[in-house]
Amino acid sequence: MFSFIAKRVVATIPVMGVVALFVFLMLRLSPGDPASVIAGDYATAEDIERIRAQLGLSEPIIIQFGNWIWQLMRADLGISIFSNLPVTTLIAQRLEPTVMLSLTTLSFSILVAVPLGVLAAWKAGTWIDRAVMIFAVVGFSLPVFVLGYVLIYEFSLALRWLPVQGYKSPFEGIFPFLHHIILPTVTLSVIFIALFARITRASVLEVLEEDYIRTARAKGQTERKVLLGHALRNAAVPIVTVIGLGIALLIGGVVVTESVFNIPGLGRLVFDAILKRDYPIIQGLILMFSFVYILVNLMIDIFYTVIDPRIRY
Amino acid sequence: MSAITDRDLGPGGIRGYLAEFRRNVLRRHPTMAIGGGLLILMILSAILAPFLFTVDPIALSPIQRLRVPSGDHWFGTDMFGRDIYSRTIYGTRISLVVGLAAAVLSITIGLVIGMTAGYIRLLDAILMRIMDGLMAIPGILLAIALVSLSGASLITVTIAITIPEIPRVVRLVRAIVLSVREEPYVEAAVAAGTRLPLILIRHILPNTIPPLIVQATYVCASAMLTESILGFLGVGTPPEIPSWGNIMAEGRTYFQIAPWIIFFPGALLALTVLAVNVLGDGLRDTLDPRIAKKM
Repeated sequence: MFSFIAKRVVATIPVMGVVALFVFLMLRLSPGDPASVIAGDYATAEDIERIRAQLGLSEPIIIQFGNWIWQLMRADLGISIFSNLPVTTLIAQRLEPTVMLSLTTLSFSILVAVPLGVLAAWKAGTWIDRAVMIFAVVGFSLPVFVLGYVLIYEFSLALRWLPVQGYKSPFEGIFPFLHHIILPTVTLSVIFIALFARITRASVLEVLEEDYIRTARAKGQTERKVLLGHALRNAAVPIVTVIGLGIALLIGGVVVTESVFNIPGLGRLVFDAILKRDYPIIQGLILMFSFVYILVNLMIDIFYTVIDPRIRY
Repeated sequence: MSAITDRDLGPGGIRGYLAEFRRNVLRRHPTMAIGGGLLILMILSAILAPFLFTVDPIALSPIQRLRVPSGDHWFGTDMFGRDIYSRTIYGTRISLVVGLAAAVLSITIGLVIGMTAGYIRLLDAILMRIMDGLMAIPGILLAIALVSLSGASLITVTIAITIPEIPRVVRLVRAIVLSVREEPYVEAAVAAGTRLPLILIRHILPNTIPPLIVQATYVCASAMLTESILGFLGVGTPPEIPSWGNIMAEGRTYFQIAPWIIFFPGALLALTVLAVNVLGDGLRDTLDPRIAKKM
């Protein structure tokens, strides 16, 4: 098992290399002159030259790539054009709200979706099943920001139950934190509940056809234990896979949700960077999020071998 | 769906068969019929936008700012007095064009790369590592970066949305190629001395078509969502072309006093994406009954 884990860890290196190369080439190969696009319509020649130097575009491409890799190895994501602060510092400042929103969203959607999916599979073909499936299709089609505004309209403006926007840190009090995070969490969760419920239903349904389920039922095992002990346990692998793939979706959703609810997180950082044409920030966030995605999926792969000894790559 | 035999074609000939097909689709796959119908309606309203009681979508009318929806302005007006109904109907064009273009482009490119990876073992490892890397990059951020580097136009937005969709198509095609190339009829063709291009076109390609049609609908739905998100974040198509995303972006500041600016384009976007997704689910059920039973 340890040799497998070591192999799997080593396998992430080329993937990270491809990400680094791709982000590097994106700036160099994009049509037109990126430095002047970033500088904007009213930039002077000096502005463009300054940005070109700051992005490291004036040197030969091989040297640029060498510098780029060396920079990344030291976890240096460059300097923001607008604020002149290191991108890593800016990311660190905005990390907490995003991590919190991601955690509340993932836990809330798993807590809701897995029981829904199991229920739908157990009651397959009934109206409960159909209702869950309709929710799954509709929920997957709802644009995050549209849903966010509908919820704000209903629960903040009409009913006045929850704040319209903003974020409070859980370290300053758990109640204000929850009060502010409920709407963004629900908004962002709907698409994940749809996705996770659907895959849970499909995997549990498949496991329920297995011989050992019939055996368990035949020997008089309670339905509860059949569902949770046998079916859900064996259906865990595909569910966890989808949760891993969902991380990519989560990142996109966070950017939008944070700008709808005015949460000062990484999504807000992207949004501000777009307005100020601060490319190093966008680039730094791409690298960081890709790294997180690779890491999460690495952990999930390792987790497989722990829960299911049959899996080897 | 039952297999179509000569008997079904019967005395009615092809016309009778079409009538039979319509009845079958409506009865057995009502959701697909609803999704397809809605989508046709959207396409028609995009094409016929000037004739659907719309006014000039970019005409400013400062006297009529922020009007509530009424008989004159069905969806109300925005902060410049522009008619939201007209803007939303014209915005349908951008969404559909980007969705369809992204679907066609990513399927075509993905098909070529996937077939190459599935057939040429040497390139397989390299291509798939590149795809793994591309998949690790969050699609929306990738699109944002590409658009902010090359400037926002309909073409750059479409390309930026297409690129992140390619790896999933490649993986799908590669998986199909790898399983089909072991089939006896392919081995027979190889043994008979059929040349590779012919094997690829005649034996491998047809197997990829049904799953790719289904995949295309999902790419289309996801591309329309991404397009509206880019517009909403201010990196979509330029503001002089109304798109659902940039109409909603402009409505953000006025949300508390004029929520209709966001609600109407938002509702239409949700409805269109739902129609495409439902159509995709219906097609999947029709084209691949094995998966249909599970999902």
